[in-house]
Amino acid sequence: MCSNMSIRRNQTSKLRRMIMNNNNVISVLLTGIGGQGILLASDLLTMVAMEEGYDVKKSEVHGMSQRGGSVESAVRFGKKVYSPILAPGMADFLLSFEKLEALRTLDYLNDNGLIVVNDYKFDPLPVAAGLAEYPGDIIDRIKKYAKKVFVVDGMSVALRAGSMKVMNVVLIGAISKFLPFKNDAWLKVIKKRVPEKYVELNIKAFKLGSELV
Amino acid sequence: MEIEKRAILSGNEAIARGAYEGGCHVATAYPGTPSTEILENIAQYREIHSEWCTNEKVALEVAIGASFGGARAIVAMKHVGLNVAADPLFSLSYIGATGGIIIVSADDPGMHSSQDEQDNRNYAKFSKIPLLEPSDSQEAKDLVLEGFKISEKYDTPVLLRSTTRISHSKSIVKLGAREEVPIKSYHKDMLKRVILPAHARKKHIFVEERLKSLKKFSERFPYNRIEKGDNSIGIITDSVSYQYAKEIFPDATILKLTMTWPMPDELIKTFASMVRKIYVIEENDPFIEEYLKVMGIPVVGKDKIPLCLELNPYIVGVSLGKIKERKPIDKGDIPPRPPALCPGCPHTGVFNVIRKLKLIATGDIGCYTLGALSPLNALDTCVEMGASVGNAYGMQLAMKDDKNRKKIIGVIGDSTFFHSGITSLINIYYNNGITTIVILDNRTTAMTGHQGYPGTGKTLMGISGREVDLEKFIKGIGIENVYVVDPYNLKEVTVVMKREIERDDLSVIIARAPCALLPDGIKEKPYYVLADKCTGCKVCLKVGCPAISMSGNVATINKFFCVGCSLCAQICPFDAIKQVN
Repeated sequence: MCSNMSIRRNQTSKLRRMIMNNNNVISVLLTGIGGQGILLASDLLTMVAMEEGYDVKKSEVHGMSQRGGSVESAVRFGKKVYSPILAPGMADFLLSFEKLEALRTLDYLNDNGLIVVNDYKFDPLPVAAGLAEYPGDIIDRIKKYAKKVFVVDGMSVALRAGSMKVMNVVLIGAISKFLPFKNDAWLKVIKKRVPEKYVELNIKAFKLGSELV
Repeated sequence: MEIEKRAILSGNEAIARGAYEGGCHVATAYPGTPSTEILENIAQYREIHSEWCTNEKVALEVAIGASFGGARAIVAMKHVGLNVAADPLFSLSYIGATGGIIIVSADDPGMHSSQDEQDNRNYAKFSKIPLLEPSDSQEAKDLVLEGFKISEKYDTPVLLRSTTRISHSKSIVKLGAREEVPIKSYHKDMLKRVILPAHARKKHIFVEERLKSLKKFSERFPYNRIEKGDNSIGIITDSVSYQYAKEIFPDATILKLTMTWPMPDELIKTFASMVRKIYVIEENDPFIEEYLKVMGIPVVGKDKIPLCLELNPYIVGVSLGKIKERKPIDKGDIPPRPPALCPGCPHTGVFNVIRKLKLIATGDIGCYTLGALSPLNALDTCVEMGASVGNAYGMQLAMKDDKNRKKIIGVIGDSTFFHSGITSLINIYYNNGITTIVILDNRTTAMTGHQGYPGTGKTLMGISGREVDLEKFIKGIGIENVYVVDPYNLKEVTVVMKREIERDDLSVIIARAPCALLPDGIKEKPYYVLADKCTGCKVCLKVGCPAISMSGNVATINKFFCVGCSLCAQICPFDAIKQVN
């Protein structure tokens, strides 16, 4: 667990030295809902960590995800990673694709953790059915506990890039600013993971995303 | 020879890779979370014949046949699948292996997608076969290779136990080349393969002797290892729990058990003599803990660490006093986000009719189990795969003088019906039952991600298989009342269902439309709400479609999610829902 995160953007090499020298592990939790492309996003993050020479593990919850339930995927990288999953207080970064899910998984963030939250709302069925209410003050509630909160509008950036479907890569682009991976490595894994005809679109989404924070 | 390559693989992908590198010839399975991707990934290796079988028992029987024929075989299933395959498993223990044979059980501690969290390590002990438990993807691959060797050397099936966190976590794996293993030529061996009582009595002695040999092997097996550290705490652990133990107690002396049955007594004794106190960190049952207690070694285990649900580093750390409990965050009220049937799901219409007719419906395992949840509330029971057919009939026997007797129906999916509903249906026919069975035929095994089954004629290797004609098959039993309905037509479903439950005879209703997520699933123009006609009565919300919600005082339909199934328009009492032109 990396507990003394005082990272600012673009400190790639400094962060790398810190991880390797102190045997730190960086943990990122991606959270959102089924259909948002979270597993592709966490694949990219896993691949870039390996590309950059780290040990890396990823976990995800399958099963009900296709049916509109909550989805979580954790990526951990460092010199040597043990647990593939995260527990409360273990995440250095929380990247949430949906506001409510950011709040739901907030316990995972450690005391110095950083959140990138997509300003996107999707009503769960009980809310749609009028049985529950979608909280109106989610960002305020998050800010009560998290010191570093970045709210981004991934959807409009994705549309600007060319498709709502690349919202996941926009958000990965945003969090990339805080992670110790070189831009070239990101581009390489995007090319490797994404079908050829969508590579350009995804690279554009990544770039626009990285300009968000 | 391939040069050494590395890849990030899930445990399931790694098991598939292990089958490939280990010279496996035949791979079988019935899909089930968290095991499904094992066979899906084996299918990419054309050197291996891979197939979806009708159920886990059949899958194991096919694998046993392949082993008889001299081939290396692997069979994969989720933990509860091994209950289905338990009958051949126990015989196979006595029979042993010809070609190496590995049974993969993917357990689900925490029940992410299962009806129980049974601990299938117990099956290894119960059936007296060796048990291998990987702690990451590299080991998942390696243990398939080791498993084939153990199987052939000791004449035994091998149980490889994964869990959700092993199967669905990715880590770095070194890839190797495939070792071609020749298929052994067949020799008839009655004593070995025909387990008549006279043979089985001899074979039981063989099984007990085999366990003794395996125990000696377990002592030297390099994957069972002591990692020396601080001797004030010793930890014995297996599977993914090993990772949590390393995370929380990086300096402890650890006995990592990878072959957990039979257990290495001498290694355990050596370890116990090295440390002052022993913690056993394992998920679910106190499998290792009880073994140590029988050996007379005092340990801390389930008295501190929870037995129910899966572990994680936090739970391990807090329960053993290594880390402090975190104060829960006050997040205020958060609405849950339960899974729901998809927009346009063909099951939704049937469940709307069941709810409207106030039927008593026995349910089964699949996407359609979600029909039990609000707002559909359409199912009364769910036991295990195939249960609904026998359950409905049994309820009718019990409630023969009850006025609701004829309201009882059994609801089962198409893949599930082939899995294990068939025998129950034949049983009702044979015993003069009058039950109504509804088969929700969405042309796929949807819940696990669209696998083929006999009713589709689509095989795992992509070769066009022969399709079982469901109606002909059921009529072939002798059942006369077999009706196919369109699940998107509520009126038709209602008429047929009402008529059939009143009938004093067994009948089968097949509600047929492809899963909405399939390429040939419903894709019509979306519907919208006429705001001036909508009275805000919320009847449409009861359809259970995630595309409909309230916007102020009127209903609204999300045009991106709506696939035009029309159920909401059929149910709206004010004719306020129309299709886009």
